Amino acid sequence: MIAHSIFFYFFSIIAVFSAIMVIASQNTVHSVFFLILDFISISCLFIMIGAEFLGMIMLIVYVGAVAVLFLFVVMMLNVAQQKDEWFKGKFFTSHIPFGTLISIIIFLELIIVIGGWKYKPNLIETSSIQIDNNFTNTHALGNVIYTDYIHLFQLAGLILLVAMIGAIVLTYRKREGVKRQSYFRQVSREKAEGVTLVDVKSNKGVNLND
Amino acid sequence: MINIALGHYLILAAIIFMIGVVGIFLNRKNVIIILMSIELILLAVNINLVSFSIFTQDLTGQIFTMFILTVAAAEAAIGLAIIVAYYRNKGSIRIEDISSLKG
Repeated sequence: MIAHSIFFYFFSIIAVFSAIMVIASQNTVHSVFFLILDFISISCLFIMIGAEFLGMIMLIVYVGAVAVLFLFVVMMLNVAQQKDEWFKGKFFTSHIPFGTLISIIIFLELIIVIGGWKYKPNLIETSSIQIDNNFTNTHALGNVIYTDYIHLFQLAGLILLVAMIGAIVLTYRKREGVKRQSYFRQVSREKAEGVTLVDVKSNKGVNLND
Repeated sequence: MINIALGHYLILAAIIFMIGVVGIFLNRKNVIIILMSIELILLAVNINLVSFSIFTQDLTGQIFTMFILTVAAAEAAIGLAIIVAYYRNKGSIRIEDISSLKG
């Protein structure tokens, strides 16, 4: 129990610190790296309290895919180079009290929600899918997700497909001046347009550029 | 303090959620930071769902977390694609420069 609390405070302090650094860092690349650190510490928390599969999935999806995508875009858009020019102008401080006030109100509301939950003692009896401790976490999730939640699972795949198509459509750009092979034009070429019969006169030759 | 219960995880999630909201409000740099703040908010929601799932011995929360992960990944991909397309057209992703809809 002592070890649990020590590791909880360790990882959560790292997570909160890196979350603050994500929004406070001057350099966008540093923000992305702090985001990666945040995801890693939260997935360590997940693994610690027994959701191993989700912790590993968080590592793979967020650190392996999303954060690398962020880094790729940050480096492609040359944001770091424009940094000095951006911060020369006046720093907008009029939003800070407003934003802080709203976020503190949201935080207090969340605390109220947590406090209200403490007065509902029969929460555990209302749960629908009990965790069976004989199975591992991955086994239990697999038992449920391919049977009870198969339609939602396939819908999630459909969401990913739509997102992939959308990203390709948004970033696709047709370049000018690039010669490409067109199978459709190749296959639909007819004898009439491909072959021309030229009546060659003697001592004149043929001009092929007609 | 020593016994880590559900409340500790919920307060951690609330703090990270609040940091994400502050990041959306206070950000004066570029749109990528806003996308990262949205990722932080979704992460806080995931912490809430997983900790409820573990402490109430109910697997449904973890399944929901998987779907939230899917939506978060799709949202990040689409958002970054929009940012790339915008940068190609306008040459800047500063928040102050993105004001065409202000009228």
